[in-house]
Amino acid sequence: MKARVVVTLRSGILDPQGKAIEGALKSLGVEGVASVRQGKVFDVEFAGADAAAAKAQLQTACEKLLANTVIENYQIDV
Amino acid sequence: MKAAVVVFPGSNREGDMARALRQATGRQPAMLWHADHELPAGTDLVVLPGGFSYGDYLRCGAIAGRAAIMDAVRAHAARGGLVLGVCNGFQILCESGLLPGVLMRNANLRFICRMQHLKVERNDTAFTRHYAKGQTIDVCIAHGEGNYEADDSTIERLEGEGLVAFRYCDSAGIVGGDANPNGSRNDIAGVYSDGRNVLGLMPHPENLIDPLVGGTDGRGLFESLASAA
Repeated sequence: MKARVVVTLRSGILDPQGKAIEGALKSLGVEGVASVRQGKVFDVEFAGADAAAAKAQLQTACEKLLANTVIENYQIDV
Repeated sequence: MKAAVVVFPGSNREGDMARALRQATGRQPAMLWHADHELPAGTDLVVLPGGFSYGDYLRCGAIAGRAAIMDAVRAHAARGGLVLGVCNGFQILCESGLLPGVLMRNANLRFICRMQHLKVERNDTAFTRHYAKGQTIDVCIAHGEGNYEADDSTIERLEGEGLVAFRYCDSAGIVGGDANPNGSRNDIAGVYSDGRNVLGLMPHPENLIDPLVGGTDGRGLFESLASAA
């Protein structure tokens, strides 16, 4: 079973990398970009097929390691 | 003073740190490996040196902060034992929960390697007794992620309880403005834990202990520690 975790910076936290990417997109002529925020994606594969159990495990994974909840939010899709 | 330096895969300042500790304490610190589970009996001070533990994968200090040895370091800190984290060591302390906040990418996105003045906020701690309160010291910085960030209530608490250890300043001792190299909140270069027995700072005092390599303003920190236990 496949799951995906998306970790993004909380709103209000300055994202200098996102800003730099935003600048680069503008200089490439990509139009209409209002802002860019950079995040991380984790694709996790589980051996079993219990979605609820996988989700609970990923919740633990996010709180313990995948996200720093001081500055980041996370979203789990199983 | 019995010191131990923890080496993680990717640490690179452990030799400099050991040299500074040896100079101040007169004895060689124990070198521990990240996979160790306990500290040598009678350890007074644990030091997390600078470098790029685990290649800065995931987030700086994130994986090292969960290494096996960190349970022993947390227990040592909970007993009131001294812990010092420099640069990547500071990042590890934040990621391990021993210090609040987080170190984000420098505001100008550059890795900054240069001399930097700091203001010593207080000199009544185990780390700073050999400095004067408000003293300006000249040490060096070398980091890409030193931009200290925490939520407003945490910053307020750090300020209110006197837990800011060092701030970035210029040679005249004026804090902030262009003297802040990385965008840190309130120009914070280092913070203490609630008990002031854990200190994390981005600058490298261990590299300023010999006049041959640029100055000796870093010695005060190690001499303070040597006389603390």
